[in-house]
Amino acid sequence: MTLSAGPTSVPLLSVRGLTKLFGSFAACNGVDLDIAPGEIHALLGENGAGKSTLVKMLFGVLQPSAGDILWEGRSVAINSPGEARQLGIGMVFQHFSLFEALTVAENIALSLDPKISLAKISDEAAALSKAYGLPLDPNAHVADLSVGERQRIEIVRALLQNPKLIILDEPTSVLTPQEADRLFETLFKLRSEGRSVLYISHRLEEVQRICDRATVLRHGKVTGACDPKQETPGSLARMMVGSEVAQVHRDGSAALGDVGLEVRNLSVPARTPFAMSLKNISMTVRAGEVLAVAGVAGNGQSELFDALSGEFPVTDDAAIRIRGKAVGRLGINGRRLLGAGFVPEERHGHAAVSAMSLSDNLLLARSRSDKRAFLSGGAASIIRYDAIRSAARRICEKMDVRKSGDDPLAGSLSGGNLQKFIVGRELDRQPTVLIVNQPTWGVDAGAASRIRQALIDLAKAGSAVVVISQDLDEIFEVATNIAVISEGRLSAAEPAGSLTLERIGLLMGGIHESHPVPEAAHAH
Amino acid sequence: MFEAILLTVITASTPLVIAALGELVTERAGVLNLGVEGMMIMGAVCAFATAQLTGSPYLGILGGILGGGLFSLLFGFLTLTLVANQVATGLALTILGLGLSGQIGESFVGQSGIKLQPIAIPFLSQLPLVGRVLFAQDLTFYLSIALVIGISWFLFKSRAGLKVRAIGDNHGSAHALGIHVIRTRYLAVLFGGACAGLAGAQLSLVYTPQWVENMSAGRGWIALALVVFASWRPWRVLAGGYLFGAVTIGQLHAQAFGLGVPSQLLSALPYAATIVVLIIISHNRRTTLINTPASLGKPFVPER
Repeated sequence: MTLSAGPTSVPLLSVRGLTKLFGSFAACNGVDLDIAPGEIHALLGENGAGKSTLVKMLFGVLQPSAGDILWEGRSVAINSPGEARQLGIGMVFQHFSLFEALTVAENIALSLDPKISLAKISDEAAALSKAYGLPLDPNAHVADLSVGERQRIEIVRALLQNPKLIILDEPTSVLTPQEADRLFETLFKLRSEGRSVLYISHRLEEVQRICDRATVLRHGKVTGACDPKQETPGSLARMMVGSEVAQVHRDGSAALGDVGLEVRNLSVPARTPFAMSLKNISMTVRAGEVLAVAGVAGNGQSELFDALSGEFPVTDDAAIRIRGKAVGRLGINGRRLLGAGFVPEERHGHAAVSAMSLSDNLLLARSRSDKRAFLSGGAASIIRYDAIRSAARRICEKMDVRKSGDDPLAGSLSGGNLQKFIVGRELDRQPTVLIVNQPTWGVDAGAASRIRQALIDLAKAGSAVVVISQDLDEIFEVATNIAVISEGRLSAAEPAGSLTLERIGLLMGGIHESHPVPEAAHAH
Repeated sequence: MFEAILLTVITASTPLVIAALGELVTERAGVLNLGVEGMMIMGAVCAFATAQLTGSPYLGILGGILGGGLFSLLFGFLTLTLVANQVATGLALTILGLGLSGQIGESFVGQSGIKLQPIAIPFLSQLPLVGRVLFAQDLTFYLSIALVIGISWFLFKSRAGLKVRAIGDNHGSAHALGIHVIRTRYLAVLFGGACAGLAGAQLSLVYTPQWVENMSAGRGWIALALVVFASWRPWRVLAGGYLFGAVTIGQLHAQAFGLGVPSQLLSALPYAATIVVLIIISHNRRTTLINTPASLGKPFVPER
C-alpha cells in the first residue's frame, strides 16, 4: 500500500463551509480546506484569525455551527478528542497540557489505553523518540525538562497513536532556532512516511521553508490557498493582514550619547535549581544604541532581565549603573525613578494582570514613577482615574492597540495587542534606558513590526535600549550592537553590521574569544 | 519494659498513621481537607456508640468508618459541588465535628467501652523479640500497615492512582484528558474521611476504650502536619507517624521520670518537629515540586 499523494487522490481531510459562531461573532466563516496525504500543510493567519477555532473543531474540542468535515472522503462528526484520535488525528497544542510532577512515561500513559503497562509505554516512547530524532528520557520528571523537551513529549504522545494527520499549533513559538530545526527534520520524516501535517504558524519564513501548501485565514475566512514556496514573504503577509506589513527601517546610525546603562562584572548565583547563574557579565549601552542580547533559551536571559530590572536586586551595588548611578541594590521602582523602563517576558501575570483593566495595569506599573500625574492628595495617594484613563487611551492610540470597549480587561486583548500596550506603557514615559525581554514572542507580524519600529525610534530619540531576544531576524532588524548570552556568560558586544549568523551561532554554542578552543586557536 | 513501651508507641502511632494516610490520598487528588480532627472525632463517637449498641467492636469499627466517611461527604458537597473555600470549610468541619460528637456521645459518657481484642497470628506471634509486638496486635494496626502498602501501590503503580496524582498536579489538564476530576475528588475525600473515621474508632475502641468529649485531642492536626512532614509519600507517613507516636509516649515517660522539662514543651514537640522538617525539605525545591500536589486547595470549575 502506498500513501503517496497524487493530484487526483482523495484528500485525507476536507473541510467544506465550516463555520463556528460564538453568539453573533463568526470565529470561522465558511472555511474550505483540503489536506492531501503526505503533505505539510500550513495554516497561516494573524492572532485572532480563527486558526485555533478551526483546529479545535477538527480535533473535536469545539463543535461546528455549520459545514462538513470529510475524512478520507467520508463525512464525519468529531464529537470529542477521543473520536478524533480514533480517526487518526493527533494534536500538539501550543500550551502543553502536561503534569509537571509526573514522569514523561506517566504523562503519556494518561492519554493512552489503560490496559497498556507503564513499562511498555516507556519502551515504546523511548523507541519512537529515537526514531524521530526527539531524544527523551521516559523516566525524567517533566518539571526538570526544557520547553523544547516538553513539546517532544506532546509530539511523541501524538505519534504513539499512529496518526495519519498531526496538527501542530504554533510549535516553534516556544523553541530556539536549533530546537526548531530539529522539529522540522521530524516533520519531514513524518511526511516521508505518508503522514500529513497541519502546521499552524504566523512565521512566514518557516512556512516557506517547510510547507508544501498553505491556507491563509483572515477574520475567520480563507483569503488564499497557495504554494508558499512560490510566494514572497510580502505576498503571504498581504494575504494574512490584508495590507502590506510595514517594513521596519532604520536610517543611518544615530549619534551616540552618554552611557545610559553600564554593567560591570555582574555575577549572580542561581536562585533555583532550574535557574542559570550569571557569570561576570559586563555591558555598556549608550544613548542612541540598541544592544540586542541573543542566545538560546534558558542560558540566563530571564536571570539577566531580573538583575537589570531590579526584580531581584543584586548584592554588588556598583555592578549595575543607570545614568552613572549605582543601582544594583535598588528595586524596580527605584530604577524607574531614575528614568529606566522595563518590559518583562510574560505578558500575563508578570507584565500585566489579566483580570484588571488596561488603566489599572498602567497605574500598577507607573504609580511611583508618575506619582504626580496619576495620584493626588499627597500622602493620601488618591487615584486620579481620569488622568490614568486618558493616558491609557493615548498609549492605545499611539501603539494602535485594538480592543473592544474603552478600557477593557488586559486578559481580553489578543497577545499582540496586549504586548503593544505593555511596550507602549513604557515608551509613553520616554525612558532614558529601556530593557525588554522577548518583546515580540508569540506576537503576530503586524504587531511585531510595530513594536520593533517603536524600539528603534526610541533609541533614535536618545535612549539606551537593551533587547533580549531569541529571534535572530528581530535582532538583526533592531540592533546596532549584538552580544550573545550562553551559559550565563555574555560575549563582548559587536556592531550588528559586522556579525554573521555563523559567528552568532558559534557564540550561542558558548565559544568565546576569552575561552578559545585550545588546539584550534593556535593553528597557523 | 522495652516491649511495653513499644506496644504503647504502636497504639499511639496507629491512629496518626491511618488518619494521615487518608488525608494523603485526599491531598494527592488536590483537595485540602483541614477537617481531619472533626472527622476523626465523629469516627470515634460513631464507633463507640455502634459498639455499645451492638456489643460488637468490629461493627464499631465499621460504624467509625461510616461516620467519618459520611461526615467527609458534607465537606465534599460544600467544596466540590458548591465550590466553597476548602480551608474555611475544613475548619468548619472540625468545629462542627467536635460539637456534634459531644451531642451524640452525651449518653455514653462514663460508660465502660468494649475493647477491640488483639488477634495473634499463629506461629508469627511466637517469634522472639518482634513476635508479640508486631503479630499480636488488634485489627487497626494490621489495617494501618495494609493501608501503607496498598496506598503506596495504588498511587505509584496503578493507572487509577496515576489519574489521582494527575488531578492533584493539574486539574485543568486532567479534565482536558477526559479524567473525571470531581468524581475522583469525591472518592478521595470519602476515602480520607473513612480513614479518619477508622483512626477515631481506634481511639475509642483500642487506645482508651471509652467515650470522652474531645478525645481526639489534636491528633487530627498532627495527622495533617504528618502529611506535609512525609512530603505526600505513604512510607514516610508510616515513619513519621511512629516518630510522632514515640515523641508522645516518650514525653509521658519523661514526665513519669520527673524530668525537669515542662510537659507543655514536650507536648509541643511533634509540632516543633514538623516545623523543623518543613524547613529542611523546603530547601530541596525539586523534591518539593515533584511531591507537592500543585493544585492542592484550588477550586475546580470545569469549562463548558
